Amino acid sequence: MKKPINQYTDYGTPASSSTEQVTLEIDGTSISVPAGSSIMHAAVAAGVSVPKLCATDSLEPFGSCRLCLVEIEGRRGYPASCTTPVAEGLKVKTQTPKLADIRRGVMELYISDHPLDCLTCATNGDCELQDMAGAVGLREVRYGYDGENHLQSEKDTSNPYFQFDPSKCIVCSRCVRACEEVQGTFALTIQGRGFESKVASGVTDFMDSECVSCGACVQACPTATLIEKSVVQHGVPDYSITTTCAYCGVGCSFDAQMKGEQVVRMIPSKHGGANHGHSCVKGRFAWGYATHKDRITTPMIRKSIHDAWQQVSWDEAIAYAASEISRINQQYGKASIGGITSSRCTNEEVYVTQKLIRAVLGTNNVDTCARVCHSPTGYGLKQTLGESAGTQTFDSVMHSDVIFVIGANPTDGHPVFGSQMKRRLREGAKLIVADPRQIDLVQSPHIRSDYHLKLRPGTNVALISAISHVIVTEGLVKEDFVRERCEWDSFEMWRDFAAKPENSPEALSEELGVPAEDLRAAARLYATGGNAAIYYGLGVTEHSQGSTMVMGIANIAMATGNVGREGVGVNPLRGQNNVQGSCDMGSMPHEFTGYRHVSDDATRALFEAAWGRPLSADPGLRIPNMLDAAIEGKFKALYCIGEDIAQSDPNTQHVTHALESMECVIVQDLFLNETAKFAHVFFPGASFLEKSGTFTNAERRISPVRRVMTPKNGMEDWEITAKLSTALGYPMQYGHASDILDEIAALTPTFRGVSFKKLDELGSVQWPCDDEHPTGTPIMHIDEFVRGKGKFFITQYVPTTEKVNGRYPLLLTTGRILSQYNVGAQTRRTDNVAWHKEDVLEIHPHDAEDRGIQEGDWVGISSRAGETVMRALITERVQPGVVYTTFHHPESGANVITTENSDWATNCPEFKVTAVQVNKVSQISDWQRNFKRFTEQQVNFVEQASKPANVS
Amino acid sequence: MNTEHLVTMANQIGDFFQSYPDQELAKKEIVTHLKRFWASSMREQLMEHVKQQGAGLHPIVRDAITQHQASLL
Repeated sequence: MKKPINQYTDYGTPASSSTEQVTLEIDGTSISVPAGSSIMHAAVAAGVSVPKLCATDSLEPFGSCRLCLVEIEGRRGYPASCTTPVAEGLKVKTQTPKLADIRRGVMELYISDHPLDCLTCATNGDCELQDMAGAVGLREVRYGYDGENHLQSEKDTSNPYFQFDPSKCIVCSRCVRACEEVQGTFALTIQGRGFESKVASGVTDFMDSECVSCGACVQACPTATLIEKSVVQHGVPDYSITTTCAYCGVGCSFDAQMKGEQVVRMIPSKHGGANHGHSCVKGRFAWGYATHKDRITTPMIRKSIHDAWQQVSWDEAIAYAASEISRINQQYGKASIGGITSSRCTNEEVYVTQKLIRAVLGTNNVDTCARVCHSPTGYGLKQTLGESAGTQTFDSVMHSDVIFVIGANPTDGHPVFGSQMKRRLREGAKLIVADPRQIDLVQSPHIRSDYHLKLRPGTNVALISAISHVIVTEGLVKEDFVRERCEWDSFEMWRDFAAKPENSPEALSEELGVPAEDLRAAARLYATGGNAAIYYGLGVTEHSQGSTMVMGIANIAMATGNVGREGVGVNPLRGQNNVQGSCDMGSMPHEFTGYRHVSDDATRALFEAAWGRPLSADPGLRIPNMLDAAIEGKFKALYCIGEDIAQSDPNTQHVTHALESMECVIVQDLFLNETAKFAHVFFPGASFLEKSGTFTNAERRISPVRRVMTPKNGMEDWEITAKLSTALGYPMQYGHASDILDEIAALTPTFRGVSFKKLDELGSVQWPCDDEHPTGTPIMHIDEFVRGKGKFFITQYVPTTEKVNGRYPLLLTTGRILSQYNVGAQTRRTDNVAWHKEDVLEIHPHDAEDRGIQEGDWVGISSRAGETVMRALITERVQPGVVYTTFHHPESGANVITTENSDWATNCPEFKVTAVQVNKVSQISDWQRNFKRFTEQQVNFVEQASKPANVS
Repeated sequence: MNTEHLVTMANQIGDFFQSYPDQELAKKEIVTHLKRFWASSMREQLMEHVKQQGAGLHPIVRDAITQHQASLL
């Protein structure tokens, strides 16, 4: 699937969405285009190329470069084709002697203040300015080069990923407009006028500016002014392969632009269904971890975690792992063995792993990291709507009138969708934010939330009860929708519950810490403001009532008729790239692919027939259950692929105690992650650039992952699992990841029409994809809910048992930031550390002052689970009584503090509420001291791993 | 597994379903939830705890397990 790097046609201006057609003539060719199209767009559609520099079809027309002038019969002058709309019967000429003169004159002016270093320029051969000089036939510059110019302007190399060379800038404003229109950050501007005009990023340089390094400006630049440092280093790439980002749940499509097996740059695919040519700093730039020196590429084994590792061949490693699993199976029984998959795995990898656990090991003890993030989404949406998935496309937000963001931080956690949401907000959509912190969406350039419901951590269900109360008591229910689409009995039960006085905003205001009038106003806006869409994240799910809150969200969406069409819906923003997919693939202990329960006889029979092994009808252990059982000596062997439970899961000391209690921990990963330090077998994994498969994003979009380089570890991850299975006596004979997807499709109704061939044809597809919906299903529940009638549930607020007291008077809540990703295993091994080299504790000025804490001080954070130390960041983003941190760096020990409290339905940990005390300290915690010592020992064990194996 | 922890988890399930106006339905839902989402080893341990008077268990959970024991097997 190699393609040229410039594979996309640039129409110069965005396409018009009008359904009305207009016919005109361009250079003698008749062309019909949608009304509202620019003449430039129509010309390109007619196969006519009009010279341009300031125009590109990802940006609104600007009309500044004066290269795209045309002549129109009957009209005076030379209008710019980018800003002139088509009209019926126009006759346009794009090439005349006069136009050629004008264009050459314009280009002369540009080139007279441009370094003539094309042969040594990093974009030689990939430069629009160079192309235009050729296109207009520029042969000389009459003005010479001796006059005042910008050629000595200083280069800004402050950003680790790209540089800004103003000497090459033509001040076309594409970068400024990309920052505004595409990204929505407004970090760039044109400073000065006339000859003094220049692109400015802030007071000093890019790193000190508001720039979020999304790279939209770099991509928009038609010269070498803004350019990736990797292109400067390696040169213009030779070819391109389209693949899918391995970071967040947006699942951006990227063109990996290559030179041989060297990735030169990642360009967000123009036709990417989720991202439409946009990216964030992680996806576009933070891929260097794939070749980081920390990669382990040789399998290793050892008898004890107190021994040095032994490097072995793949055959030896697989044989040793299989023998240990068999030994433990014989000694302790199959219930003592299990597996954990990750949302960083492809669908195919997850599928073969759960197949291995269920069919080969004979147990349903398989779980996935969605356990600790979105398992309540799976439960709550299945119960209410009938399907464990979001209802919309990302593009649906462009039809929303009211956007209700609950416990999510899209500009940091899902940046590309955050930019799309901000575009809609700038167009005038209303915004309600429910979050204990002031996330960027609350107030950012040209955006201000209509209501920020700054609730106390742990009170989500009280919030949804109060909103429900307003909806049912103020006559805001769409009763016709509810009668037609939902179970009326369940609605009545919910309505009567919600209407109780104890659920009124006035009754719950104090508990929430939100004024009752704001609660009422927000509820009214959601219910009556037009198309209303809810977007939520882990601030909803990672609570003791996470599942209740998800059902509460579905309740109000159904009650107000905000399900089943564009612009509305219930939209879980998945944290990692394949959260949706890993859940779809049957990696939870109670269900097969497609969310079918293991106790369902027909489904089980289907899999038994396909796999040729008897399968258990009993749910297996979830991750926290496995860990508890390990500590009790009943769970002995774990196959953990792509997940790092020793860093990402709550109560770290509990997790590591459990890992230490096991006899065989097999970790498959790129790096010696925190879990691998407790492992007995290390299978080196392949990065997303080194394998084939599919990821499924938060909008159910299945996108292809394509191999662009040879796996440094020797094989793709699914192959490792298949070899392990074979060594355990159950040969898995797939030739390619596509064979696995074919098996998934054959066994899973919602995936029935999915194949690599279809993904090659369509680019991506949203499930359900079957005979009825061969090109997928963008919006779900249009005519009826998947479960038939939507079902309401009572959502009684039950306060968490994690309460503040004299000893632990503050509430800690955790989250993510833009530059880092999850446990940071990938992003910490890139230049993204320039933005976040350590986790810090955000604390309100009042709480800091009470404790004598200054900005940057070391502070000890203690909870009933443990203690750690970080630096303090004093900020009013958090409210008094609440502190906040991230968990991107293992030595920070954020999860040393979090507790084993969990969601009632799914055991999803209550990461968002931990009672803590914070004090100024002068040294790291005992845990951190032990962590440091243990890490040094384990790294040393890897460095010693060159001797022959001796573990028998 | 730690029985105290299982009791806490079971009580959380009870907290959710006890708000149902129909308490008999609530008990059935509690048992259904345990059956569909808990491993058999966890269910057996909880049932054993109920046989030993079920200390610490929410009454509705204890009653649900007692009344619908067969469904949990």
